Amino acid sequence: MSNEDSSPGMALKTPLLNELESGPWPSFVKDLKEYSKKRPQIVQLLNQLEESYENKWNYWLGKIINVPGYGGGVIARVSEKADKYPALANFHTVRVIEPPGWVYNTAALRNLADSAERHGAGILQLHGMSGDILLLGFDDNGSMNVAEDLMNDGWDIGGSGAAMRTLQCCVGQARCEMACFDTMKTTKFITDSFIEFLHRPEFVYKFKFKLSGCGNDCGNSIVRSDMPIIGTWRGPMQVNQEKVAEFIDEKGLEYLIDNVITRCPTRCLSVRGKELKVEDSECVRCMHCINVMNKALKPGKDRGVTILVGGHRTLKIGDTMSSVLVPFMKLETDEDLENLKEFIERVWEFWNDNGMDHERIGEFIHRVGMATFLDGIGMEPDPRMILRPRTSPYIKFEELAPTRFGGEQTQNPKVWNRESEGPETAD
Amino acid sequence: MSEKAMAPRDQGAPDYTQYLHPLMAKNYGKWDYHERLRPGVLVHVAENGDKLYTVRAGSPRTMSADTVRKVCDIADKYCEGFVRFTTRANIEFLLGDASQLDGLINTVEKDLGWPVGGTGPSVSNIAHTQGWLHCNLPGTDAAGSVKAMMDDLIEEFKTESFPNRVHLSTSCCQINCASHGDISVIVQHHHPPRINHDNMQICELPKVVAICPAAAIRPAVVNGNESVEVVQEKCMYCGACHGQCPSMEIRDAQTDTLSIWVGGKMSNARSAPTFMKLAVWGIPNNPPRWPEVSAAIRRILTAYKEGAKDWERVGEWIERIGWQRFFEKTGFPFTKYHIDDSPEALSNLNRSAMVRL
Repeated sequence: MSNEDSSPGMALKTPLLNELESGPWPSFVKDLKEYSKKRPQIVQLLNQLEESYENKWNYWLGKIINVPGYGGGVIARVSEKADKYPALANFHTVRVIEPPGWVYNTAALRNLADSAERHGAGILQLHGMSGDILLLGFDDNGSMNVAEDLMNDGWDIGGSGAAMRTLQCCVGQARCEMACFDTMKTTKFITDSFIEFLHRPEFVYKFKFKLSGCGNDCGNSIVRSDMPIIGTWRGPMQVNQEKVAEFIDEKGLEYLIDNVITRCPTRCLSVRGKELKVEDSECVRCMHCINVMNKALKPGKDRGVTILVGGHRTLKIGDTMSSVLVPFMKLETDEDLENLKEFIERVWEFWNDNGMDHERIGEFIHRVGMATFLDGIGMEPDPRMILRPRTSPYIKFEELAPTRFGGEQTQNPKVWNRESEGPETAD
Repeated sequence: MSEKAMAPRDQGAPDYTQYLHPLMAKNYGKWDYHERLRPGVLVHVAENGDKLYTVRAGSPRTMSADTVRKVCDIADKYCEGFVRFTTRANIEFLLGDASQLDGLINTVEKDLGWPVGGTGPSVSNIAHTQGWLHCNLPGTDAAGSVKAMMDDLIEEFKTESFPNRVHLSTSCCQINCASHGDISVIVQHHHPPRINHDNMQICELPKVVAICPAAAIRPAVVNGNESVEVVQEKCMYCGACHGQCPSMEIRDAQTDTLSIWVGGKMSNARSAPTFMKLAVWGIPNNPPRWPEVSAAIRRILTAYKEGAKDWERVGEWIERIGWQRFFEKTGFPFTKYHIDDSPEALSNLNRSAMVRL
């Protein structure tokens, strides 16, 4: 059983934290203080937090605890002040895989609350920055027992260390007219297809997927995931000219010009009378006009996804923004999903075979170059992957360079048909 | 551990279909449009005319089991038991009956004490990290600073008064788990790590050396024990080694400060996504309410609200008016530290003769 009964009777002493009780925004201090009346260990948690506020210092250390058979899912925390706060000697977080799109019924939420309370401190965080459900405050046994209960109730844990992390997606087609693919289904598909990589870290470093139904990217994928999957469409967007006219009648032509026409990044919109013209071949699916006129404009009907690669925050080489890897892929049928799975496996194989320890895939691409990366995963270069071609003239053209240091030329010249001058080292 | 010892069960993600509000399940992929009825309240209309109402409220993210049960009681009474959460830790109560909206909103605000808002051009809830409550790396708290900031921004959460949405984030170290926002707060360190040579046996030394982005860490024997040393001139105080090895202590209660960054954007709308850029540095790490942070954010928001055109996000507004004007309008000093010296640095200079004079 958990550590809740240890050190009964400790008095709550939190003058600094108390200053976070007042004010209109909901206060976690007020909530936890109230809850501490029936959970004495929370008194210790708050008292330690008070010391952090007083000394501007942190008292948590990490260690490694795993549920048997799993390499991730428990973020172990031990307190430096365990002598003073014995209930915090082991006070781990359990990461639970969230329902895609963070949808719940109350039975599920009550079940999580009960499990969190039965085996740990009964504190939940909805949700972690990786999208997962966080349950706080389990000792070693409590961590095992809550994992057991969670799994019996249909939940699963995982997503820490050098592993595939819990996925995150927007609400998608469940409640959004702009979603160009089924974000929830795809999130579950990727999670389930690769669940062993989420449970047992065997990558060179962490790997995150985030999915958004359109370029508005409510799933926060492009900066925050190694492989963003973002909904898009081919061909013309859907325009309802009657609704366009209604929009102009309601908001005025100036509003349309100032906030729609001139805000288009590729200048592909124009207005004639009360009719909106769209140069669809120039549209980059940014979503702005659809956001403003969401009754009149909709994504096109031939929908799919753009897959990007390499986003992560600043450590170690500075921020990397994801960039386009697959300009368009259909993602509707089971076969499409299998194609996606196969593609992910190709990317992972090259990265994990060649990446260095602790090297996110964006850092790996930065080191070896996108062209080498494309070679490695067997993809043809595509101008939609770049903003502009290179400006540096220092290039190793495989087709043009003679072989050096002996040996056969590995490739026939494709461009330059001049006879090879032979290896430089030959006398 | 219990008798029923576990083997990996690899169950995967929960079956979300059981958690969809009936109107979501019925109209999955068949939504036509949505409107904002008032701040915090959305209606999504399906192709068949079905209407699903959403009441969005700001949550504290960290909550007791009892608070979760209170949320459930409300959802059971008004929402057939269905809710969802958002990327920015808002909760969304879902219901099909518009006549229940007032009762639901009243109950959420009065009984639960969670403000309704966060939709459209408002300041949404702050994406934030773990902080002193439960992280092993933080230089400050997260939930507490968010509480203090949102107390100050409550009206901006409950109304839709900005040119476009404003996403805030706070992170307790430079790893920045809460990522880029229109306005973001992070901690910064100001000296190389202090090395606890007596406790290096808990760390994998090759990994400590390898993780340094500045190649400033090298193996060394200290007092006869294997340890590392840090080349002070190379170290940029990032704290990467601290995450790898707790004996490389980067934090300093006396000297750590906060900084505010602006112009991060995930959305592709109008302009490509952007990283956040440094606006203000050297703000004191001042618990329990961090008033200097709130004051600085207020200055940025005031200038943004006054100066930006409809639909411009903070970063788009600044790019249009130029950074010179941003510093003029906010009154924050522009210093040599604002000039990038990363590998990307040259591309962040004004490489043109286009100058506002």
